[in-house]
Amino acid sequence: MARSADVVVIGGGLHGCSTALHLALRGLRPILVEKDYAGRHASGVNAGGVRQLARHLAEIPLSIASMGLWEKIEELVGDDCGFESHGTVLVAENEEEMAGFRARVEDLRLKGFTHEELIDRAELKRLVPAVADHCPGGVVSRRDGAADPFRTTQAFRRRAIEKGAEVLEGVTVTGLARAGSVWRVETSIGPIEAPKLVNAAGAWADRIAAALGEPVAMDVIAPMLMVTSRLPAFIEPVVILRGRKLSFKQLDNGTVVIGGGHLAVPYRDENRTVIDWAKLAISARTVWELFPAMRAATIVRAWAGIEARMPDDIPVVGPSATSEGVFHQFGFSAHGFQLGPATGAVMAELVATGATNTPIDGLGIGRFKR
Amino acid sequence: MNASDLAPTYDLAVIGGGPAGLAAASLAARAGLSTVLFDENPGIGGQIYRGITSTPVTDRTILGEDYWAGAELAAEAKTSGALIVGGATVWSLDPQRIVGVSIGGKARLIEARRVIIATGAQERPFPVPGWTLPGVMTAGGAQTALKAQGLLPAGRTVIAGTGPLLWLLAAQILRAGGKIEAILDTTPRANWLRALPHLPDFVLSPYFAKGLKLLREVRAKAPVVRADRIEAVGTERLSEVRFGRGDGDRRIAADLLLLHQGIVPNVNLAIAAGVAHEWNERQLCFQPVLDPDFGSSVPGIAVAGDGAGIAGGTAAAERGRIAAIAAVCALKPQATVPDPQTVRQRLQREEMGRAFLDWLNRPAERFRQPEGDTLVCRCEEVTAQQVHDMAAMGCEGPNQMKAFLRCGMGPCQGRLCGLTVTELIAQQRDTTPAEVGYYRLRPPVKPITLAELASLPISEIERKAVER
Repeated sequence: MARSADVVVIGGGLHGCSTALHLALRGLRPILVEKDYAGRHASGVNAGGVRQLARHLAEIPLSIASMGLWEKIEELVGDDCGFESHGTVLVAENEEEMAGFRARVEDLRLKGFTHEELIDRAELKRLVPAVADHCPGGVVSRRDGAADPFRTTQAFRRRAIEKGAEVLEGVTVTGLARAGSVWRVETSIGPIEAPKLVNAAGAWADRIAAALGEPVAMDVIAPMLMVTSRLPAFIEPVVILRGRKLSFKQLDNGTVVIGGGHLAVPYRDENRTVIDWAKLAISARTVWELFPAMRAATIVRAWAGIEARMPDDIPVVGPSATSEGVFHQFGFSAHGFQLGPATGAVMAELVATGATNTPIDGLGIGRFKR
Repeated sequence: MNASDLAPTYDLAVIGGGPAGLAAASLAARAGLSTVLFDENPGIGGQIYRGITSTPVTDRTILGEDYWAGAELAAEAKTSGALIVGGATVWSLDPQRIVGVSIGGKARLIEARRVIIATGAQERPFPVPGWTLPGVMTAGGAQTALKAQGLLPAGRTVIAGTGPLLWLLAAQILRAGGKIEAILDTTPRANWLRALPHLPDFVLSPYFAKGLKLLREVRAKAPVVRADRIEAVGTERLSEVRFGRGDGDRRIAADLLLLHQGIVPNVNLAIAAGVAHEWNERQLCFQPVLDPDFGSSVPGIAVAGDGAGIAGGTAAAERGRIAAIAAVCALKPQATVPDPQTVRQRLQREEMGRAFLDWLNRPAERFRQPEGDTLVCRCEEVTAQQVHDMAAMGCEGPNQMKAFLRCGMGPCQGRLCGLTVTELIAQQRDTTPAEVGYYRLRPPVKPITLAELASLPISEIERKAVER
């Protein structure tokens, strides 16, 4: 006997859990299938940045919708998820970068987006006193912040279950087939049938897409992070750079998380990554130059989470172009954490009603077809 | 020796300069492999032969002949042609055998065609109430101070626990003129049941006569009391030790409590390198899965010495030799090496009495699975009760526990709480430590400063960036 559900969600990252929660909130009965445990990969071990700043135009509406949910996250999931809002600051390292930032902020304003705000040297120093003196200014998004990624994913998972979703962990999808009016999802614990299917399988989503006859070019990546031992509080906002890869943030407990997109070597079939110290040394040198106070800090741990990156660095969100009842939600390209809450809501809306009011044009899987 | 003086590549990198590492490096270098040995201490010898070339304790009777046997091994290694680098902290090893090492505040990445991990053992955590008070330390820590600096414990000293090292340290302290108020023996009586079948082997092993002599020597000079409960008590620092058996409750004023309940493999580097590990029920610890040549699941990486499972210093040296012979045979098949069969026979003899010792000195459950407010993770101050509650809520493994409680995420990287957390989860969830597993460990396995990491030579970074 096959289990049955209204929707099968494949993947228990933040996105899958968020979609399962929002489906359940709409009164549907989803079953979420996760091959490891919720938040095992990128969702649980990312830098935790909740950032609207410096996003691709196609993502901005989703990002703004998500920010609204982050600001009421406790209402949504019953846990504050460690979310704190001290802004994100994009630091300009020279006048040339500053000019680029100015053009970007003006362009956004013309399009009606006001969340990015140009700041001069004085305001930068006020927001980030520890930054090196040579930086002429930057851009701030004041409502941005950071949250605890594993705790967030667990909170979404827990609330989804409370609202009626079934979450199957340690269960692998082994096959997908159309069976009359429903999808038959073969799994390691038997088949599940449902009229609708959501592919939120992260670094493994290309395999699900391929099994549905909709192959897509996708890179498996593992962005690296490292964390220091505890330091006296010296910085509140999350700091990012444009010219060099760096993201930088001090947590409540005093530890500083350093990331920015240098990549480890991923082995997705073994759930394993190998850290590339030569590249982390580049991050270390950038921090050395930008935050002189950090030079004596001790690095206690480095890690990387496995995830998917699309060729154009923006995610696939929306219905399948070939299969009825299938919806894609993957390829967040190292910046999907902030998008999790609203993307789940949008997916649930799409699944339930066939349409969404949030603009997601430009994120469809059809863009990869020629 | 500066980090910049290292060659970019070696045939063999040996990590750890204890008996296994010294014997391995010696043998490999003599067979013609370009060999580098890194040890984080300034001098070689590891824990067992710590300070072997520099100890101020020159009266050979104090540390004993077993200690001084290390001098020959050290001398052999020094003249072997191996490059021996002291003060060199290995903080990373990956499956491609890229070794991250820091020397004098500068970091380097070097490549090795073979790696022998010889990082030895560490003391098993002994989480009793009050074990974090100033005035409480491990027996191993006290022994290190004695070997390296000739320091004897000061004040009223109590030693508590089980295992051969406990008795050896007691004897060394007494021989050096130190005083011990009491030795609290926590060896469970019931252990004899499982140990007895292995007694004949033990009687034939080199441990038997030495062990008996040691026990007699210590018992003649210090009071030995059995205890199945121990608590360190004090406000600012240790003032007394409470202990007892059954209903009894005794106390003894003390300035220093030395705790020890055996040693376990130091698994951090091997796990971070991706080496598969398994649970050893007899020794109650995780150890690497190894082939007969001590080769691990990662090609080109071997684990020798006590890191491969506890067997003692002399066995460690033979294991190092076997691993080194395998490295030589792989890289330089024409080289002359000692007959591996002879080495294996010697190893077998050294390992003979082990089963008896392991079963006899298996620490009691209550000293491995603490309760209530007793700290489990010292770095992040996580209590036994917190781990217990989280496991009851459904947290299935140490890695989720890390995410919830931050236990194991401090600078010690789980060395002081890993086994305790695994056992507590297994107990709460009514399963085995083998099922629960251990922390996934992340490099750097030893903390490095941002400055050290930033000091990685540019040219090397560019070279690696192109290669990958």
